[in-house]
Amino acid sequence: MTRQAITIRGLTKAFGRNAVLRGVDLDLPAGQVTVLMGANGAGKSTLVKVLCGVHRADAGQVLLDDKPFAPEGPAQALRSGVVTVHQNINDGVVPGLDVASNLLLDSLAEGGSLFLNARRMREDARRIAAAVGLEVDVTRPVAGLPLADRQLVAIARAMAHKPRLLILDEPTSSLSMAEAQRLFTLIDRLRADGVAILYISHRMSDIRRLADRIISMRDGQVSGLFDSAPLDYSAAVRAMLGHEITEVDITIPPPGPVMLQATGLQLKPEALPFDLSLRANEVVAITGLVGSGKSALASVLFGLEAPVAGRLTLNGTPYRPANPAQAVASGVFLAAKDRLINAVIPAFDIQSNLSLPFTANHSGPLGLIRRATERAAATRSIQAMGVICQGPRDGILTLSGGNQQKVVVGRWMSEASRLLILDEPFQGVDIQARRDIGRRIRDSAATRATLVLCAEIDEALEVADRILVMSEHTIVGDHRNEGIDLGRLMAEVAGSVEDRMDIPA
Amino acid sequence: MKTFSPTEFAIRYGFLLLMAGLILVFSVLRPAFMSPQSAVFILQSVAITGILALGVTATLVVDGFDLSIGAVATSSLMLSAYVMVVWEMGAVAAVLLCLAMGAVVGLINGLLIVKMKVPDLLATLGMMFLLVGLQRIPTEGNSISTGMVLSDGTNATGSFSEGFLMLGRHRIDFILPDLVPLSVVFLILIAVLVWGFLELTRHGRVMYAIGSNAQAARLAGINVAGYRVLAYMISGVLASVGGILLSARLGRGDVASGNNLLLDAVAAALIGFAVLGAAKPNAFGTAIGALFVGILLQGLTMLNAPYYTQDFIKGAVLVVALVFTFALSGRVGRGRG
Repeated sequence: MTRQAITIRGLTKAFGRNAVLRGVDLDLPAGQVTVLMGANGAGKSTLVKVLCGVHRADAGQVLLDDKPFAPEGPAQALRSGVVTVHQNINDGVVPGLDVASNLLLDSLAEGGSLFLNARRMREDARRIAAAVGLEVDVTRPVAGLPLADRQLVAIARAMAHKPRLLILDEPTSSLSMAEAQRLFTLIDRLRADGVAILYISHRMSDIRRLADRIISMRDGQVSGLFDSAPLDYSAAVRAMLGHEITEVDITIPPPGPVMLQATGLQLKPEALPFDLSLRANEVVAITGLVGSGKSALASVLFGLEAPVAGRLTLNGTPYRPANPAQAVASGVFLAAKDRLINAVIPAFDIQSNLSLPFTANHSGPLGLIRRATERAAATRSIQAMGVICQGPRDGILTLSGGNQQKVVVGRWMSEASRLLILDEPFQGVDIQARRDIGRRIRDSAATRATLVLCAEIDEALEVADRILVMSEHTIVGDHRNEGIDLGRLMAEVAGSVEDRMDIPA
Repeated sequence: MKTFSPTEFAIRYGFLLLMAGLILVFSVLRPAFMSPQSAVFILQSVAITGILALGVTATLVVDGFDLSIGAVATSSLMLSAYVMVVWEMGAVAAVLLCLAMGAVVGLINGLLIVKMKVPDLLATLGMMFLLVGLQRIPTEGNSISTGMVLSDGTNATGSFSEGFLMLGRHRIDFILPDLVPLSVVFLILIAVLVWGFLELTRHGRVMYAIGSNAQAARLAGINVAGYRVLAYMISGVLASVGGILLSARLGRGDVASGNNLLLDAVAAALIGFAVLGAAKPNAFGTAIGALFVGILLQGLTMLNAPYYTQDFIKGAVLVVALVFTFALSGRVGRGRG
């Protein structure tokens, strides 16, 4: 029997009324790679944040090497030997400093002599870098390194703490093949050294390469544990997605005329060109992994970036927006992902958040805002979206995440559009809000083309008439949402035929 | 929701109550404080800084900052004097050239920030130094007045036109004859205009959106760069108005004037954050902030407090106001960065 590095029993965590972790039981054995799979909102990131000391659990027990472990903060978790490399690599490094200073940052922060001995620092840094196979000049600034090297710097820095548990959150999402291979070699070595590794990823190729065990999470609980060879990957995916798929009840309406036509569209110099045609009265979902090009496509359609090549027509006329303002004027709307960064105006109330792109429609001579029409429009949107609030003048930040999301999605549904693009419209919302938003998207789709971008396949299945798959910045699959061959869809998502899994639909 | 909370009340009305209290105390100690003349004097003393502060408020709204306003005002002072005294042109030409100069400086500030990606504080700080130096070059560092010796050895024969001087010195009959100076009328007019623009029009709404989350504003199809430039142009133009009024009051192009304008205006705009618990830049608050400083200084002067304590008192008021804004109402404060 392998020794357990971490034992988790009955862990719960709620944010307000929203229970995110609902009794998680989990063992992470030393010297093994445990892959954690879970859809958006399954509770993966909350679990990680509890382990690395960002959040405190409401109830439950965590044992680290059989001793109770409840870190006061990230620094204490790190000292106890729980090391986390976050998805956002820049969280783990200081870009302005050189490699050596980054590697020794924690010991610098802990104190020591007043003056730095540059030569000794460089030597220490080289030793630490060599231990993870990082071959760079330690005097170079981290900002000048490629992403993969930055990530190795973050890991190397963590290694100085002799970790018991290493948590890697989607570490390969911005790495090339070769860079990922180097990371895998390092993970192999750490595994051999007896470090417990918790690896969070959706990439099937990574999972096949690394996993000793797979744990699937769903709705804040462990929904599947797979630890006997050969690992049953398709069962793990099923456990992660659950049986929501069978509840999907989509009636595909007859599609209207073509609204947007893309011909020979190329999103990156090395990516294959593709054609895309979106019709009125049709909800099309594009699914694909993080970094597969979904958001790049949205950027092109919304005038944030110019495509490498290709032509666009909107409603039959050439369409080449130079900026979002032109896109909006042409009737192409984008509800962006990451609402707190890209959509919410924190200082505004619900009403002003809703009307933001359309203030011109709510104002009279001299640009004076007509509060009455603005308020009426806001009240309509609040009702249509089912936003739970006291009234349209509530501050946007007083709402729960799901209701905030309804507001920022509702913003773009309050006026008629030709093409509505929704980038991750179900991000960080509970199941009820997700259903509400999905229903509203479908109910209002008759007069426009609708494009929904979502990484989670079950979200696509819930909302779309047609599902496209993107990989490597091009479209690799096109499925009518009727008796879909999920195995094939997954294989396309994973980006290679050899990763094909046979999941009965 | 509607239950009474003392903290809430303090945040909302604390500053206005403090101001009322000050007026009361000063009136009791010095009954002359309550006279119309005294009130007008206070307004006149804050007219120019108030106008500058309203300009800087526009840049604060888009989450920017304009440190060049003081230098724009003094440049405008020197330019108007140069136009009339050396070039011997009239009041209209002087005013128009100053306003154009303010607009151009604002445009350059805006473009430096929007196009060249220079951080706002640094861009406008650089512009401040540039203008402070530039305004002294034509006169080789000398003040401008009728009869001054020019670089070619002749004497300047032009003079400030009567019409121009009126801007700074004329008083309108209001209740009492010759009571309200024109500069106070300008202050009130500009304050109402800036308030209306920021609070009532869609342009103001959009500028607040940019200040709160520029990325989200951009993705809502808003021309963020254009509005940023506009904010700096408003600031530049209002600063040049301040300079014109200063010039008209002084009647000469005094190189030593206007040193305090920047700090006083910024203080008024920041004190404005605390008024009515707005916790954000706002025109009404800025006007009240300017007034507050004016009342305090006038009252203390009437109580014979020495002049050199003034800056200390202004600083203390500013710190207290910032505590009101950020510590007490911290949760609703604007999220910068």
